[in-house]
Amino acid sequence: MLRYLLRRLALSLPALLGLVLLTFVLSRVVPGDPAAALAGDAATPAQIAEIRAQYGLDRPLAEQALIHLKQVVQGDFGRSIFSGRPVAEEILQRLPATLELTFAALLLATLIGIPLGLIAAMNHNGLIDHLVRLMSVGGLAIASFWLAIMLQLVFSMELDILPLRGRLDVALGSPPRLTGFLMLDTLLAGRLDMFLSACRHLVLPAVTLALPGIATIARFTRSGVLETLQKDFVLYARAAGYGRVRLAAIYVLRNAVTVTVTQIGLLFGALISGAVAVEAVFDWPGLGTYAVQAILAADYKALLAVTLVVGVVYAVVNVLVDLAQALIDPRIAGAGR
Amino acid sequence: MRRLLRDPVATLGFGLILLAVFVALFAPWLAPYPDDAFDSHLLQRLRPPSAEFPFGTDNLGRDILSRVILGTRDALTVALAVVGAAMLIGVPVGLVAGWREGWLAELLMRVTDVFLAVPQLILALALGQLMAPGIGTAMLALALTYWPFFARTVFAETRRLRGALFVDALAGIGASPARILLLHVLPNAAPAILVRATIGMGFTILTAALLGFLGVGAAPPSPDWGLMVSEARQHLPEAWWFPTFPGLAIFLLVLGFNLLGDGLRDLADPRLRRSR
Repeated sequence: MLRYLLRRLALSLPALLGLVLLTFVLSRVVPGDPAAALAGDAATPAQIAEIRAQYGLDRPLAEQALIHLKQVVQGDFGRSIFSGRPVAEEILQRLPATLELTFAALLLATLIGIPLGLIAAMNHNGLIDHLVRLMSVGGLAIASFWLAIMLQLVFSMELDILPLRGRLDVALGSPPRLTGFLMLDTLLAGRLDMFLSACRHLVLPAVTLALPGIATIARFTRSGVLETLQKDFVLYARAAGYGRVRLAAIYVLRNAVTVTVTQIGLLFGALISGAVAVEAVFDWPGLGTYAVQAILAADYKALLAVTLVVGVVYAVVNVLVDLAQALIDPRIAGAGR
Repeated sequence: MRRLLRDPVATLGFGLILLAVFVALFAPWLAPYPDDAFDSHLLQRLRPPSAEFPFGTDNLGRDILSRVILGTRDALTVALAVVGAAMLIGVPVGLVAGWREGWLAELLMRVTDVFLAVPQLILALALGQLMAPGIGTAMLALALTYWPFFARTVFAETRRLRGALFVDALAGIGASPARILLLHVLPNAAPAILVRATIGMGFTILTAALLGFLGVGAAPPSPDWGLMVSEARQHLPEAWWFPTFPGLAIFLLVLGFNLLGDGLRDLADPRLRRSR
């Protein structure tokens, strides 16, 4: 298993290296002279030259690319042109908020999507099956920013039962920052009231973000179960007199769910993209709002750093997914040996 | 085609798309107030839906029904252009990488992987920002981030077909690789490409709307659906009709492409047909 993990990690390295190169190329096509941009409007040519030397912008391109790579590996993304603070620091500050939101959505999508798909497949071509199929196509057709606004309109503005925006009630203050994950920080601080407030704030964003995930997971679970149901060992179990529930829970699901697990990994990318929309609507202080701010402020360093960080998180998640798959189905780890 | 129409779900999708194309083609004649793409009438701002304005009016007093109708044309044009451009890059890359062995194929697929290593929206945002923001760059950014999906699809199809007996036979009677790829492999890969393109249309409409919503796509006053939802946010909860109808338009059009794509996929892949 360890060997499998190492091999899988090694496989994701080239794409990440390529990504660093791509962000480097992108940062070089920025219109105008980056040194002049850094120096500001009032800089003299001598000052610009000094900055050019300081940032290594006067060296050959290949050397600059290597410097860029070295800085990125050390976690140095430079300073934000907008706020003047180190980009890495700002991203670390905001990453937990996005991860908390994404994991909540992923959890919701898995807990709802898998049973939905299973029930649909067990009632193949029945009413529930058709409803789930319709939902699984429809759920992917809704613009998440629109869904977010409609949910706000109904649950926050009209019914007034869930908060409109943010992660916490401002009146409650905030817990000491230990992990950045409010679910954990509030509990570690022993503040149940804050924890409940954080939960209430999480509901609408997480539901919005989860909907496409529920659709995708339900769909793949359904087709996975349908395919498994045709296998001989299921026929045997049926002949041996197993009831439908026991059959589904013990035999079918485990075999059917490997496809779904792959989809969960791919879904994570969609979730991160969706998070940009959802965070923008709910004023969620995560990477998504950071990226949008960076765009509006033309802060290209921040934007490229977000791109890289998201790429790394995405790669890590996909390694984890492959690992989970190998745990569910040992044949996978052995296959390429 | 006839088999496709036997599937009620796919037929519904096809119907939605036909409707959208019809609306897009005849938008200036169908819209009750075709000048409302740009004209504002501040005296009748934020009117709720009525017989006069079935979808209500927006913050500048423009008829929302007219703007939704006029926006259909832009949504479809943007999606067609983006998917078309992505196809023009992705299909040749996939064909060449799938056919040849060696460094070129390896390089092409590694580049594809790099583009797939980041969620599309994030990459599109980064690309779009580095050029001047606007609908043109948004489209370019979307095309530049969608082509890898075509490359992957075509790569897989080409690899599958490369070993087929008829390809061997063609090579045996002296057909050139270009001829085999363009006249024989490509038509066989067409169903997979078509499915990918149909799903890509829906996906692109969603992403383009999101870019408009975030303020990095279409610019006011163009009747862009995402932009309309974004403009509506300041007028909630009073003007519920303002975001509702543009959002529904996005939903119906994307739903159309997704349903059709689903039906096409079942047709293209007989293995899946069994499970329906």
